[in-house]
Amino acid sequence: MTADEVLHAVPQQEPFRFIDRIDEIDGEHIVGSYAFKRDEFFYRGHFPGDPVTPGAILIEAMAQTGVVALGIYLAAQELPVAELPQWITFFTECQVEFHLPVLPGERVTLRGEKVFFRRMKLKSRVELLLADGRIGAEGTLAGVGVKRGR
Amino acid sequence: MTEAEITEKVIALVTPYVKNRKALSNITPDTTFLADLGINSARLVDIVLAFEDEFGIEVSDDAADSIATVGDAVALIGKLVP
Repeated sequence: MTADEVLHAVPQQEPFRFIDRIDEIDGEHIVGSYAFKRDEFFYRGHFPGDPVTPGAILIEAMAQTGVVALGIYLAAQELPVAELPQWITFFTECQVEFHLPVLPGERVTLRGEKVFFRRMKLKSRVELLLADGRIGAEGTLAGVGVKRGR
Repeated sequence: MTEAEITEKVIALVTPYVKNRKALSNITPDTTFLADLGINSARLVDIVLAFEDEFGIEVSDDAADSIATVGDAVALIGKLVP
């Protein structure tokens, strides 16, 4: 699959989609990115008058690139592409450290590297980089592909 | 490698994933990874990979599917170790 085809196949949609570009993808790694809009729904409450992207959302962004998108690319090497929409990724575990806040309007780069892909489970090392290249968050995340309706 | 040595290593490898810590003190060959030890099924892949690294073996997906108990794992590893 091409990067554009993978991006199109990521099932998460607004207001819970945190990937808008894939710049690099192969069997070992992915580089995606997302620009947090100033009017994302969670800024109203996190925090009123002092918006900052919640850590839980940063983890979701890391997972959508490093686990879901890379997982789709890897699954497409084992399954017919036409079958991929029948599969969904369940987030299984993560260990993440946060270093810097991400503010409304910031574009982050999400760099994922495969640790293993086996039996439809993908574990990746993922870094979230700010526009100036500094690491905002990093960790290990994993998810497993499950057939819809199971 | 003896069965006892394999069993000891298997228990050490799965321990980080065990949620039912009480069950750790009473492990038998019939102890199941999921129901008895409370291991998340998604972690079974990690555990099989740990077996491969520790024992220098390759576990096929079909063989991995057959592992339900500690005894299953020990028997399979015993067959595969060089």
